[in-house]
Amino acid sequence: MKRFISNNISIIGPFIGLIIFSIILGIMSDSFFTLDNLLNLLRQISINALIAFGMTFVILTAGIDLSVGSILALGSALTAGLLTSGMDPVLAVLIGLLIGLALGAINGLIITKGKVAPFIATLATMTIYRGITLVYTEGRPITGLSDSFAFEMIGKGYIFGIPFPVILMLIAFAILYFILKKTVLGRQVYAIGGNEEASILSGIKADRVKIWVYSITGMLSVLAGIILTSRLNSAQPTAGASFELDAIAAVVIGGTSLAGGKGKIVGTLVGALIIGVIDNGLNLLNVSSFYQQIVKGAIILLAVLLDRRSK
Amino acid sequence: MAITPLVEMVGIDKSFSGNQVLHNVQFNVNKGEIHALMGENGAGKSTLVKVLTGIHDRDAGEIRVNGEEVQFINPKQAEAKGIVVIHQELNIIPNLTVAQNMFLGKEIKYGRTGILNHKKMKSLTEESLQKLGVINISPDDIAGELSVGKQQMVEIARALATNAELIIMDEPTAALTDREIESLFSVVNDLKERGVSFVYISHRMEEIFQICDRITILRDGEFIGTENIRETSFEKVVKMMVGRELGERYPTKSNQIGNVVLEVENLTSKDGTFKNVSFQVREGEILGVAGLMGAGRTEVMETIFGYRKKESGIIKLDGKTLRNGHPSDLIKAGIGFITEDRKMKGLILGSSISENIALANLKTISQNGVISNKRENELVEELINRLHVRTTGKNQEVKSLSGGNQQKVVIAKWLGIKPKVLILDEPTRGVDIGAKKEIYTIMNELTEIGVAVIMVSSELPEVLGVSDRIMVLHEGKVTAFINRDEADQEKIMFAATGGNR
Repeated sequence: MKRFISNNISIIGPFIGLIIFSIILGIMSDSFFTLDNLLNLLRQISINALIAFGMTFVILTAGIDLSVGSILALGSALTAGLLTSGMDPVLAVLIGLLIGLALGAINGLIITKGKVAPFIATLATMTIYRGITLVYTEGRPITGLSDSFAFEMIGKGYIFGIPFPVILMLIAFAILYFILKKTVLGRQVYAIGGNEEASILSGIKADRVKIWVYSITGMLSVLAGIILTSRLNSAQPTAGASFELDAIAAVVIGGTSLAGGKGKIVGTLVGALIIGVIDNGLNLLNVSSFYQQIVKGAIILLAVLLDRRSK
Repeated sequence: MAITPLVEMVGIDKSFSGNQVLHNVQFNVNKGEIHALMGENGAGKSTLVKVLTGIHDRDAGEIRVNGEEVQFINPKQAEAKGIVVIHQELNIIPNLTVAQNMFLGKEIKYGRTGILNHKKMKSLTEESLQKLGVINISPDDIAGELSVGKQQMVEIARALATNAELIIMDEPTAALTDREIESLFSVVNDLKERGVSFVYISHRMEEIFQICDRITILRDGEFIGTENIRETSFEKVVKMMVGRELGERYPTKSNQIGNVVLEVENLTSKDGTFKNVSFQVREGEILGVAGLMGAGRTEVMETIFGYRKKESGIIKLDGKTLRNGHPSDLIKAGIGFITEDRKMKGLILGSSISENIALANLKTISQNGVISNKRENELVEELINRLHVRTTGKNQEVKSLSGGNQQKVVIAKWLGIKPKVLILDEPTRGVDIGAKKEIYTIMNELTEIGVAVIMVSSELPEVLGVSDRIMVLHEGKVTAFINRDEADQEKIMFAATGGNR
């Protein structure tokens, strides 16, 4: 038990916070603890959570990815384009995911081979990818996508009463959890964030690992984008704007260190849940969205301050 | 003696969360003496200094400065009483000039305007450097571009500018070349004549016997004794420190030298640090690599290991030419490299012992990219036991280990790959005397099973005591190979200063 606590100390704080927020909202609003609302909440967070999972990997290597929102928009727009041209939806989605992988790999290549700081590299590609999206869509939403069951399923479907986006999020979580916890790649991600020079001198191909990490993040961003596109049945050129901030917030609230090398993906899931609970709860309580931003910012600050204190 | 000591510490106790690290410690420094403070890592030397300068408060005991009882609550107060610490990691801001560093936090201004009087600060800096007899540093030099030795001089000058009466130096020579050590010692001796006292913390016995007047020895937080250097001996000090006879300083060797394992031919660096370096190492041999700071020793090793790009040259292992694009290629071929700077390049300080050891062995402990916990635990436990790493468990963070135990973790990591060639760059730097001997013993054991060992070291007695053969570098060129039975300090220094060939 003691061992369990010391191993998970960084997550226990956010987890307790999540429970407290939930209890408060449960008392204040009768509709919070209804099954419908909870499933709705999970579906709402799935998009942010998917992006934040990728961001966790990036931040663990002591990097940052500001371009996730733009990758989401570009990947969604291109996928939507393929769909309107009549391509099989499953194939279109797979191609969309590969595009995300490639856009992320470009980030990784600029950062490793070009030796550009991740913040600057992804700030640049954030703008470039967004620009390409606007050029491609001519600034207008792409609509009339597909009425195929498979495509509708992604954003709007249910399996055994559980929203399909939630299932996608849980599958992605399970795979990424396994990678971080049990594989060589996961170990290398932590090592690079802990001390990149020592990792290279221990035989780790740090460049290759980082390119993978940014690629995975790109792919997860497009997956989130496809869910969004399916729900709206249209691809918006401005989709995903400022999503990077919510993703980074979820990672940080979840106790992952921006300095790299320390953190857990479970924490990110909890972080995304906390953000979701706040959004959802404040909506139920009819709090103006202007105030919601203040509350959200304050909670990010609180999470980080509490984390400092426990160290 | 009826003279009041400059600093007197009596009956000092200090515990951290129930763990007693100092117990009834006595320590005093007289005016104008150089007093060595010695003990193994973890003996309580730094804690004692921190108690003196007010970084930690004491649980019991008295501290008197010039006979007057004091209770500093921060180093600034200690400084006001003339006590200054120069840490091993120098307190220099690298992108500021020497003069700016000298007056950091106490800048001279035109009256109350807040406008800096650069002219005056520069001339005062120049003056204090001259007083030290240092002529090759200008107040306008960028501090970060100076050698470590010169940076240290700047720190000493800064200490004197605050009228320091006692300067505490923690491992001052660890990063200095022999020539820099000499000029440091002459400055220190000069200041001693002028009545400045020093506390000298070091693991280097030769230096302590060369420069210090008295020595105080701590062991496990206990005061063991204070001796006059002239009346004591090397053996006695070691015994006081480790609490037992350590025997010979270098373990006896029983290695058999076999065939050539590693061959380096005409290795030349891309940035011009070294040229046409060629050498061979044989099975079971320890090749010592000597040379002054900047001779290119570390650069040669990092290039062999694929961490630096080479311009030209061939590296052969067992007669086969190696492709060295990345350290991972050389590890796969069976070469391990223990870096000089273990904190920056050797370890992930925030990670556990287990994770650090696993790092170079990820292939061995995994299958299809999935790590086997069982294999990892077996490997880590075997290596921790084999190297006698003193730890509370394999999940302890390496940050909290002593220097000697950290170094053992680095060595453990590389023994895991079962190397054919092991390169050790300054393997005993900052390591206490007991752990040093253990490291030599490990090196000998490796040679007995046929591993070829290369040891880069700046400590000549160590090079002489451990090596079978010594290669000497001078300004990026090999100037001599000397066999063990023909080697002595003079020959090595002659070659290291470019005297040969």
